[in-house]
Amino acid sequence: MEFNNIKNKPKKKNSGGIKFFLIALIVYGISFLFNAEITKTAFANFLQMIWKIIPILMVVFFFMVLINLYFTEERIKKYFGRQSGVKSWIYAIISGILISGPPYILYPLLGELKKHGMKNSLLAVFLYNRNVKIPFIPVMIYYFGLGFTVIMSFYIIAFSILNGVLVEKIAKPPRNK
Amino acid sequence: MIKQAIKKSWRVFKTSLPITAGILLIINLLNVFLQDWYGKIFTGNALIDPLIGALAGSVSFGIPLTSYIVGGELLLQGISLLVVTAFIMAWSTVGVVMLPLEAMYLGKRFAFARNGINFIFSIIIAILAIYTLNIFNGI
Repeated sequence: MEFNNIKNKPKKKNSGGIKFFLIALIVYGISFLFNAEITKTAFANFLQMIWKIIPILMVVFFFMVLINLYFTEERIKKYFGRQSGVKSWIYAIISGILISGPPYILYPLLGELKKHGMKNSLLAVFLYNRNVKIPFIPVMIYYFGLGFTVIMSFYIIAFSILNGVLVEKIAKPPRNK
Repeated sequence: MIKQAIKKSWRVFKTSLPITAGILLIINLLNVFLQDWYGKIFTGNALIDPLIGALAGSVSFGIPLTSYIVGGELLLQGISLLVVTAFIMAWSTVGVVMLPLEAMYLGKRFAFARNGINFIFSIIIAILAIYTLNIFNGI
């Protein structure tokens, strides 16, 4: 139900992104008036960077399609239906890694799950593991190396559990005596 | 099925591309101006440097992919991996810009607790990750 209500939000965000890009271009325009040489160098560096990341973005897109093909919102709802035990924590970790989507799409979805009884700890675990994004792993390896990527992924998953435990304790509303 | 998956992926891409391009534009401009200052901002302090990195990451926004690209470029500018790691961790785990939205759907206590813990974790993970990497590189 709530999914239908948020259908228009991506459009809003997208126009926000374009606005941000235009603001960046205006900043360049202003900078060009003050120091043309530096601005030209910065823009040349930007173009070089974009050229360099185009093939990486294509790989990312391919992985995103694969993930979206096999891991749908309906499935995550089904998995989070099982609320108790170690399994639910494992589902939260795996879902966090596999589900993609911007926060303004995910928060309403998670809000709905919370209303249906999903624990704060699992929500926190899910959100923390969004940092281990399989489609983005090639980019991380490209910039930081395989060793760094493996270590980071390990720490993110390990700390997500601690994160869940702490958030559950802190976010719990105080009981009235 | 595949059409839907492509559509959904494209939607995420379409939303994040202008933001990514905008951030990269600004980063490149700032780099040209600030590259002589990085040495003064980041003094090599094992706690202050990642703290600055985490603060910068917390107020930034965009998909994690953008943070990797920005972080990679900052690394090329000579900024330490410790700072960049705290930066990319805070970028994707602490959402100052998204905090009102998170609080609206998931509750104020949840949003503030989660973001506060994530901020501290981004510094701890950065220190641990670099320490671990150094151990493995030393072997």
